[in-house]
Amino acid sequence: MKRPIRVLIAKPGLDGHDRGAKVIARALRDAGMEVIYTGLRQTPEQIVAAAVQEDVDVVGLSLLSGAHNYLFPKVADLLKEQGVDDVLIIGGGVIPNEDIQGLKEAGISEIFTPGTPTAKMIEYIKNNLKRI
Amino acid sequence: MFDKEKLSHIKEVRQKWEDGVLAKTLNKAPESKEEFKSVSGALVNRLYTPEDVENIDYESEIGYPGQYPFTRGYQPTMYRGRPWTMRMYAGFATAEESNERYKYLVSQGSTGLSVAFDLPTQIGYDSDHSLAQGEVGKVGVAIDSLRDMEILFDGIPLDKVSTSMTINAPAAVLLAMYIAVAEKQGVSPDKLRGTIQNDILKEYIARGTYIFPTEPSMRLITNIFEYCSKHVPKWNTISISGYHIREAGSTAAQEVGFTLADGIAYVEAAIKAGLDVDTFAPRLSFFFNSHNDLFEEVAKFRAARRLWAKIMKNRFKAKDEKSMMLKFHTQTAGCTLTAQQPDNNIIRVAMQALAAVLGGTQSLHTNSRDEALALPTTDSVTIALRTQQIIANETGVANTVDPLAGSYFIEAKTKEIEVKAMEYITKIDELGGAARAIDLGYIQKEISDSAYQYQMEIESLERIVVGVNKYQVEEDAPKGLLRVDPIVAEMQKEKINEVKAKRNNLAVEEKLDLLKKACEGTENVMPFILDAVKEYASLGEICGVMREVFGEYEQAVLI
Repeated sequence: MKRPIRVLIAKPGLDGHDRGAKVIARALRDAGMEVIYTGLRQTPEQIVAAAVQEDVDVVGLSLLSGAHNYLFPKVADLLKEQGVDDVLIIGGGVIPNEDIQGLKEAGISEIFTPGTPTAKMIEYIKNNLKRI
Repeated sequence: MFDKEKLSHIKEVRQKWEDGVLAKTLNKAPESKEEFKSVSGALVNRLYTPEDVENIDYESEIGYPGQYPFTRGYQPTMYRGRPWTMRMYAGFATAEESNERYKYLVSQGSTGLSVAFDLPTQIGYDSDHSLAQGEVGKVGVAIDSLRDMEILFDGIPLDKVSTSMTINAPAAVLLAMYIAVAEKQGVSPDKLRGTIQNDILKEYIARGTYIFPTEPSMRLITNIFEYCSKHVPKWNTISISGYHIREAGSTAAQEVGFTLADGIAYVEAAIKAGLDVDTFAPRLSFFFNSHNDLFEEVAKFRAARRLWAKIMKNRFKAKDEKSMMLKFHTQTAGCTLTAQQPDNNIIRVAMQALAAVLGGTQSLHTNSRDEALALPTTDSVTIALRTQQIIANETGVANTVDPLAGSYFIEAKTKEIEVKAMEYITKIDELGGAARAIDLGYIQKEISDSAYQYQMEIESLERIVVGVNKYQVEEDAPKGLLRVDPIVAEMQKEKINEVKAKRNNLAVEEKLDLLKKACEGTENVMPFILDAVKEYASLGEICGVMREVFGEYEQAVLI
């Protein structure tokens, strides 16, 4: 590796539950990654702008409000529009199983539901980076 | 609690026991762990004896229910008089659908309403705002104008029910709408009973639905205190909430310490605004979490009551005993619900609900088994309500007041949590109070440190979560989850357009203008909000005016 993996952890929408996002941000940092956390209430546009500006390898979206089917694909689409196709997008939160396939088709590579160990996520990121 | 001679004898016998019976057993069969810890990470001893409570004076520290320091309960007969209020937090989609759920809950024996609002409502945006897209009706009901509120409470007599509303930054607006609906039902404000959450500090700390900066937010809160003390005297004007602090990952002692520190900040703000402590303090209420560790939770509730009583008496010189009573609502801990084997959550909720009852809660919401996956279905909510009814009617735990008092363990833990919570309060005082400590990120950092440690303990298997890191099974995806139809957003947009077309827009403009001037000045804004609401000014319009004058809060981002 030339440089540490850079990750943007983002909270799209109006949801204020950031326990998961913060725990994951810290676990990724402890695993040697460089982590930027956006804070609450980010629009998809703001998230994409931050991802581009920070030149991240991974965007992690966390949402517990049920608006994932609207907001997650929006982030993926905007990244594509910006011509960014080598960023790994992952998501997590209270997301029913039946929504996962649709989110994957929309460009979210993996969805981590409650109870996922952070170690599993770290491994996933290391094995699935789109930039090598 | 024991005389010296008796105690020294107890010590002697304990020493003998340790050297004899205990040592022999430990030699043969050591304990499974070196240390035993509570859910909060506090050490738990093998055994508690009179020695652990030797410095706790019964009369001054434990005492009698319904009198200072209220350790044993805020009311002398507790559940022998009447059981706690079974108050199920509910709301989703449109006012019409939520109204149906409320009527169902009341028909099933629910004794109080508790309204969940969607995020746009909680953050002061109408359903047609660009930032509301994807969120309308998702985590609660969408309220854009008085019209929605009329539908929400249609057929529910507001002089008969008590209603709790989980609303914070725009609490004044929703309270005004409630008052206006009541008036249309012919119910005067002095008959209204209920609670608005109205606790902005914990929004900055843990929950995230803030709008305005600290100073104008505190002004809105004290305006509500003042207005209600005159016009809506039976209304609980704030529900100072530890619930979300705990959900964000705090320990039990942090939950008490940070919540009471927020309480202190509100009392100070109101006193600074010229209010006499005994005019508003009796209407303060609290909201706590009930987590997995049964005894720790019972001790926590008792410690919170005692500590608040001492603070109100000694620090704020309250004279009315009602100002010293900590009354609280409890909700079982959402963060303990697992997406895996969701039926297990029924058992977790039952134990947590039991802790809340043993701790003397005034009202209780029990979570539903499917809430780690989605909003609960009617069936799941019914089981959760039945859980409370079984505790109240079948277990016998409500027959006597504060049944765990006098347990060496419970009394020692109650003291321990009180002392630790007070240490946090002292630290926050040194930093300049709760608002300042939040700006500095101190409280958030303490909580996220605890949350991270908790997660790492789960991952290292030091902490077992059944179905998650032990006893896992392969399972099919759960079926029949509640889904909010995206059409709800369209329906809301149509409704607000219709309201705007029908109302007297000149009157709306005039009332909004008057509100703006009141915000810029120092008057109580409540009457101006009420006037605007009655003309069907929308929530977004009213909050928009306040955003213009007050600005918006900027969160300190830390990990």
